Amino acid sequence: MSYFSDIYNGIKTLLTGMSVTGKYFLTSRKGAITQQYPDNRDTLKMFERFRGEVVMPHDENNEHQCTGCQKCELACPNGSIEIIWDRGIDEATGKKKKFIDKHVYHLGLCTMCGLCIEACPTDAIVWAQNYENSTYDRTQLTKVLNRPGSKVKAGVED
Amino acid sequence: MNISLSITETIQDWLITMMPEGVASILAMTLVALIYLAIFAVAGLYLVLLERKVAAWFQLRIGPNRVGYWGLFQTMADALKLVSKELTGTVKADKFLYNLAPYFVIISSLMALAVFPFTQEFQAFDINIGIFFLIAISSIGVIGILLGGWSSNNKFALIGAMRSGVQTISYELSVGLSLLTMIVITGTLQLSEIVEVQKHGWLILQGHVPAIIAFMVYMIAGTAETNRAPFDMVEAESELGAGFHTEYSGMKFAYFFLAEFINMFIIAAIATTVFFGAWLSPFGITESLPWLGIFWFLGKTLLLVFLMMWFRWTFPRLRVDQLLTLEWKYLLPINLVNIVIMAIIVWLNLTIKF
Amino acid sequence: METTAVKSNFKSEEYFINMGPQHPATHGVLRLLLTIDGEIIKKVEPDLGYIHRSIEKMCERDSYQQIVHLTDRMDYLSSHINNEAVCLTVENALQLEIPDRVQVIRTILSELTRIASHCLWWGVMGMDVGALTTYFYGFRDREMINDIFEETCGARLTMNYNIPGGLMFDIHPNFVKRTKEFITHFKTKLPEYDTLLTGNIIFQKRTKGVGILSKEDAISFGASGPVGRASGYSCDVRKHHPYSAYDRVTFNEALKTEGDTFARYQVRIQEMWESMAIIEQLIDNIPEGEHKVATNAVIKLPKGEFYQKVETARGELGVYIISTGTKNPYRVKFRSPGFSNLSLLNHIAVGGKIGDLVASMATLDLVIPDIDR
Repeated sequence: MSYFSDIYNGIKTLLTGMSVTGKYFLTSRKGAITQQYPDNRDTLKMFERFRGEVVMPHDENNEHQCTGCQKCELACPNGSIEIIWDRGIDEATGKKKKFIDKHVYHLGLCTMCGLCIEACPTDAIVWAQNYENSTYDRTQLTKVLNRPGSKVKAGVED
Repeated sequence: MNISLSITETIQDWLITMMPEGVASILAMTLVALIYLAIFAVAGLYLVLLERKVAAWFQLRIGPNRVGYWGLFQTMADALKLVSKELTGTVKADKFLYNLAPYFVIISSLMALAVFPFTQEFQAFDINIGIFFLIAISSIGVIGILLGGWSSNNKFALIGAMRSGVQTISYELSVGLSLLTMIVITGTLQLSEIVEVQKHGWLILQGHVPAIIAFMVYMIAGTAETNRAPFDMVEAESELGAGFHTEYSGMKFAYFFLAEFINMFIIAAIATTVFFGAWLSPFGITESLPWLGIFWFLGKTLLLVFLMMWFRWTFPRLRVDQLLTLEWKYLLPINLVNIVIMAIIVWLNLTIKF
Repeated sequence: METTAVKSNFKSEEYFINMGPQHPATHGVLRLLLTIDGEIIKKVEPDLGYIHRSIEKMCERDSYQQIVHLTDRMDYLSSHINNEAVCLTVENALQLEIPDRVQVIRTILSELTRIASHCLWWGVMGMDVGALTTYFYGFRDREMINDIFEETCGARLTMNYNIPGGLMFDIHPNFVKRTKEFITHFKTKLPEYDTLLTGNIIFQKRTKGVGILSKEDAISFGASGPVGRASGYSCDVRKHHPYSAYDRVTFNEALKTEGDTFARYQVRIQEMWESMAIIEQLIDNIPEGEHKVATNAVIKLPKGEFYQKVETARGELGVYIISTGTKNPYRVKFRSPGFSNLSLLNHIAVGGKIGDLVASMATLDLVIPDIDR
């Protein structure tokens, strides 16, 4: 008789399986778990810690907090950060001081590990939450983080 | 409504008024064939869309919704893309058979469509051995699959084709025998007469227990005939990549793809005709309007198509030896016993008739 | 179901077929050289190296903080556990006292990683045996965990949240709430996995008695994780060599003795329940305190050799570091679970059908970058 009980049990398990998918089919109107991505750009909000790309915030006077200490460059495992620096005279104290000429960030090399941001003693660089980083030309992935004409905020020391 | 719905005759009568009889009948046949071809090419495309939508709803997705309102032109766009694609092939393929295979598959599935009684008198070809014709035609398709798999000089395709051969030969038995069970009641193979018999209640009610068993067997075997999951050994994408049509591209691939969906429609349509009274409405509620029959027919067919889709998106795939075990150790003995039971029921006049 | 070999005068010929490197069932760029007789598999020979990135060599170049982020890319489905392994090795070598808070958070995140990995495995397992819908149900639940990770760590897959000495930053304020939400959600969904797939007659026929691995073989092939435990080999590192906070939670090691594909499947399902139990024990009492202890900016390990093993979602991951006292390791070796689990594929697949090979391979839960590194 195990022949018939096999058939009965087999059909029963198949029907239980179908009931699960059937339930989702009936509630499919509200159940969709996918996002219609390019359409929901306006409402799509990334989490505040999301690692999109490294940026250097500037205040309204076009001043940033990077002293050019190169700790981020050392911390980076992939060589994504290159700092081109120079020495100049600090206007306030009159002493010689290191300042950045360019803070070059290669997004194409970056693995978003976050070690540079951990290493930064002055919080000059932070994560931005933008998520559409693809470009048609890879040279656009090499970014200069400090804006032209910007300078270090007064009093920021590492 | 006094419009004669027998399309072949209508067209022929109209043509005879203009030209000699011989030319008229050839023209009429061609015209009907073209009408059917056009209708079912489009219907096949919409079945693909339906499958994709249904799959999406089972899988908590939205499905195609970009091309046209609600994605209605998605498969049209896909077909256009496939037409414009390059036809590639392997170097050492048997070119003649390789090119021939898709036509075998698509033509055999389109041929089967001719005999269905979509509504009263709306039937292109009311052959007196209708069921036999359907069974015979539906087994030609596998030759195309075998040819395609063998001639494309790809081992994955070859394994797929061989599996398909094994599977179709086995499951044809069950399809045939389960339909034969119902023939015991009807006593005729002609589809229009099978429908006529069902005016006293659909066959699934007339034949009660054995008819329900026959229906279940038919649905299982029919799903296997169309090579759909859970019997998609032929394609088995996690095992064979794309199976027998690995090397096909463009429109030749589309023929295979379209044939699969038209075959699914055919299997459901046979079940509708034989078990669920074809175009007959339940309790004859729309008997006075015979043209409504087409909606009843399509409605019932689509419901069965949906059932097959439900199978596909729920069940895992069988292994090739289990596939044969299921057929030879379960379906075939059940079927044979079922025929005997049905014969006894008919003999003792135990069928339910209204 | 046993398959009896039919003896006949029918002459058959073995042939050779390439499965992969681009094949849906190999889950990545694994290439299997199959020798088949009809449908029956005579020999399986894995061919590796398609995604070799020489992570071990790169580790010799990097400082100890930098090594951690490379391990994300090994077994990307249990990246947090990989990171933890490296951090534990470095911390043990430096003999750092790790705060309780860090240990508990690491354990919770590890278990969440394990559930996420098993969810994905379950979906893919269903897909490999032909049930395509499971994939989306598995991903639905995994997505919730990914959101938890994204909120706390900033990344969904390669989070690099551990640093030697603790965590990069403290957990997000929403972390506890979200984790609890997930546990309640997943407790209703996990039984559904069983009704949909586990109980299904076709699935059982496909997996029961397929790809049997005996306990002796499991030990001699170095199988670990769910693969070893399904054969009755008690090899849970969390139980036998507890690290982080595993010594302060109670959980059962999922053990089966059948050793077939179905047993491996059941072990993983069972592990998801156990992981949820572990998280529930810890989530309500995360100790207060620092999220890291201060280390030197340049970490120099004392001269010597250091080894630490952890239990990833796939099995035992060992990190072996030889240090000469400089800021870079002299040699790093990862004992990855996938590699030894793959080595037994030939043993369990020979004699089965192609479908059996796919089903057994699905339950080995291979991640190819983990094997190739």
